[in-house]
Amino acid sequence: MALLQLRDLNKHFGGLHVTNSVNLVLEQGEIHCLIGPNGAGKSTLFRLILGEHQPGSGQICFAGEDITALKSFARIRRGLSVKFQVPGVFKGLSVRQNLEIALQSRLHGGELVQEIDRLLAFLGLAAEQAQTAGNLSHGQKQWLEIGMAIALKPRLLLLDEPTAGMSPEETHMTGEMVRRLNALGMTVLAIEHDMAFVRQVAQRVTVLHLGQVFAQGSIDEIVADERVAAIYLGQTHA
Amino acid sequence: MSVIVSLLRRLEGPQTLGRGRGFWSLFALVLGGAVAYPLFSDGYTVGNTVYFFVWVFIALSLSLIWGYGGSLSFGQTAFFGIAGYGYGILTINFGAGYGFTWVALLLAIAFAALFALLLGYFMFFGRIAGVFLGIVTLAVTLMLERFMAQTAGPEWHIGAARLNGFNGMSAMPPLMIPWFDEPIVLFADIGLYYVVLGMLVVVYLGLRVLMNSSFGNVIVAIRENPERAEMLGYDIRKYQLITFVIGAALAGLSGVLYTVWGQYITPSSMGMTAAALPLIWVAVGGRSDLTTTVIGTLVVLSGFQALTIYGSQYALVFMGVLLVATVLVAPNGLVLGIINWITRLARRRKQEAA
Repeated sequence: MALLQLRDLNKHFGGLHVTNSVNLVLEQGEIHCLIGPNGAGKSTLFRLILGEHQPGSGQICFAGEDITALKSFARIRRGLSVKFQVPGVFKGLSVRQNLEIALQSRLHGGELVQEIDRLLAFLGLAAEQAQTAGNLSHGQKQWLEIGMAIALKPRLLLLDEPTAGMSPEETHMTGEMVRRLNALGMTVLAIEHDMAFVRQVAQRVTVLHLGQVFAQGSIDEIVADERVAAIYLGQTHA
Repeated sequence: MSVIVSLLRRLEGPQTLGRGRGFWSLFALVLGGAVAYPLFSDGYTVGNTVYFFVWVFIALSLSLIWGYGGSLSFGQTAFFGIAGYGYGILTINFGAGYGFTWVALLLAIAFAALFALLLGYFMFFGRIAGVFLGIVTLAVTLMLERFMAQTAGPEWHIGAARLNGFNGMSAMPPLMIPWFDEPIVLFADIGLYYVVLGMLVVVYLGLRVLMNSSFGNVIVAIRENPERAEMLGYDIRKYQLITFVIGAALAGLSGVLYTVWGQYITPSSMGMTAAALPLIWVAVGGRSDLTTTVIGTLVVLSGFQALTIYGSQYALVFMGVLLVATVLVAPNGLVLGIINWITRLARRRKQEAA
């Protein structure tokens, strides 16, 4: 069953056609990676899905419902969740409070406390729970934000460069984290540049180029595709 | 019963300084001192002390909107004025009998809150944020001052209440508690002192509970990162609007109490100086905490008052210097800075001893 469907989505910024007739179907339960050179329109596509930008034309359907006109918070409440490219934690608040704010609309009292502890352990941040989130290392901030995103128990998790700035070991750990979440039934759409990560997690890959869907397939198909290699090398007329 | 217990538990939390037996003992001590104070003083001095308390509510409203919510508002002074004038207009028209002064107090606060609801709706849902929120609210405040200042003519009246332009409105009745033979009139002395002190304690504790609740969590989350807060499923504009309205009601309470204290209200209470001073008290104290806001406001205000006696207009210059010094030395507030410094020192002592 399709969880997310983008139908003929278009977005212009002035004269720039950043999203050009994008059609994308995300199946329930898959891990889907979105790759493409800088400026391909990946983050814009996320912003369209999240309702931070309104598309010029086209339709976004989530779990069979047209959500194109919904505000961001309403989309989140329907089961979307996101981790931004730049870590978007609440820097002045403690790690624990960050998670509490993410969880409090779903859980209360003792259940809330238990779930915070469980998440802290899952993220490997139990020792840092009293620290101010702004003092965490970059990788820890990324994990904390992933923790906040999954705290909502989303049906679809959007990850915008979840491993940016991480060491190879941290990247691998993040990959394992994503696979575990997927095993629990979460559908994942991730923007990622790190091909090792894509290879580790992706079941399907979509290549975006100049705002258009350029290629789609398994990771092996994409890697074998000479046209994809060409756009990454800058031969945009391929 | 369990509701009360859970409310009491929220008196302490990550959003407010002070916890445990030590803090609450100190709180009880200070409160006891405040309760006993009129016994050792005369009615006139006690009446003047009420004047300081009156301003704490508007300071707390700024702490809520600016310190916790992250939106700098100059509008508090406008709400202050609206409620002050509202009380005057209501009581001059309908008198003070049968406890009506209290109804007038509530209605005047409701006027201010309603005005904030309208203004806030257009600002927050029109996506006005950051410095622009400050500019819009300042414009509204100054506009109200200008408008009220030109109402000197006899054609400017609401019922029996003349607005009186720059001279302002006066001779409205003070608050009165209905009693058997004769109502108890709360002039600016001991009676009013206890009433305002009681309100102060209720508002302070109430705000502590509110800020440590899940609502307070969302408010500080919006201050820290509005986009992230929205992407956790919170309708942030609604939360900002509710905070703004609560803040307006508190500023309105200040306005009404100011009006009943001196039995007058003038347009200059909505002027530039009046709009800037609360910002300074709150910034100096430490806007992101209720307790430091209260302490900062009382200390700076009484210092300012003493300076005005000896240095008249130079007191304002000093306030400006104080603000600049705060921004440079302790951007989060001097009182908050000192408290944090003491806590760090105590912790280090403890570690060294261990």
